Amino acid sequence: MASYEENSVSFTENSLDQRQLEEIERILHSDLISNGVHCVLLIDLAGNIIAKDDNGASRIDMYSLAALSAANFGAVEAMAKIVGEEEFALLFHKGESESLYFGKVNNELLIITVFGKEISLGLLRMKVADAMEHIRKIWRKF
Amino acid sequence: MAFINIKNKEVQAKIVYYGPGRGGKTSNLEYIYQQFRDRIPSEMVSIKTHGDRTLFFDFMPFIVGKIKGYSVRIQLYTVPGQVKYDATRRLVLKGVDGVVFVADSLSVQRKKNLISLKNLQTNLAAYKKDIFKIPLVLQYNKRDLEDQGIPVLPVDILEKDLNQQLKVPSFPASALKGDNVVATLKKIISLTMVAFQKGLT
Repeated sequence: MASYEENSVSFTENSLDQRQLEEIERILHSDLISNGVHCVLLIDLAGNIIAKDDNGASRIDMYSLAALSAANFGAVEAMAKIVGEEEFALLFHKGESESLYFGKVNNELLIITVFGKEISLGLLRMKVADAMEHIRKIWRKF
Repeated sequence: MAFINIKNKEVQAKIVYYGPGRGGKTSNLEYIYQQFRDRIPSEMVSIKTHGDRTLFFDFMPFIVGKIKGYSVRIQLYTVPGQVKYDATRRLVLKGVDGVVFVADSLSVQRKKNLISLKNLQTNLAAYKKDIFKIPLVLQYNKRDLEDQGIPVLPVDILEKDLNQQLKVPSFPASALKGDNVVATLKKIISLTMVAFQKGLT
């Protein structure tokens, strides 16, 4: 665990340096925001925000969304185990104009995207899968 | 575990209010919410039943201000106190950095405090956290009921029941009236920040 004087980002026994964090932010922007996603959050399973980006027009309370998403994800995972599944592959909430899609990056990280009608669920899932793969690669570089 | 963002100079820490059902955990957060609107950048989120009992958790971000150049943001959570909600209680504890245990001073609730504290120890252990090491503050809530002639446990009995081994800071309080609610919060924030600096969490 780092103290906050050290030059690193620290959580759940791991740390990211500034360069890695910038790389992640770049990925979130180029893979997701540039493709029409309204808002994207990379969080840990405790509900802390690690990286975030939006299209500039979004007025979302990201901290509450992060807390609720982490809890929701934990609850759904527990439900999966009850019915004998390791996890559910697709976590998606469809709204009238805004929808949510969740992806599990690894055992520590979760990606949440808020998107509208500009992007199809199929394309979004593909882009999120790409972003998650990129983030996993950065994560493995420790 | 806390998240420290060197790029944006921000620290996020998670503090959880734990304790038996109807003990005043949500009331603590509601009082803080009323008192510090300027430090709370969003609405308080509550997932509760129709009967107004906490079902999953309450959540509220709290901006402490700057410490050593870092802007410190505390995420305050409560857990559902009722025994049957143990699975959700454990979920909320994930990544916890500091705990306020809100004990119910009512004499009739004596046993429930003990069960809940033991449950906290068990659930922390599930995340490999030690109740003796994590930043922890005890709050003996509902002291105001004494004035109404309702039997409450004397503070020294509560200390003996709950704090004899833990030996952590404790506060007699009234979440409803606000007595020592802020003192409790300040204490847990300061213990949590000290733990970060020591690298203990």
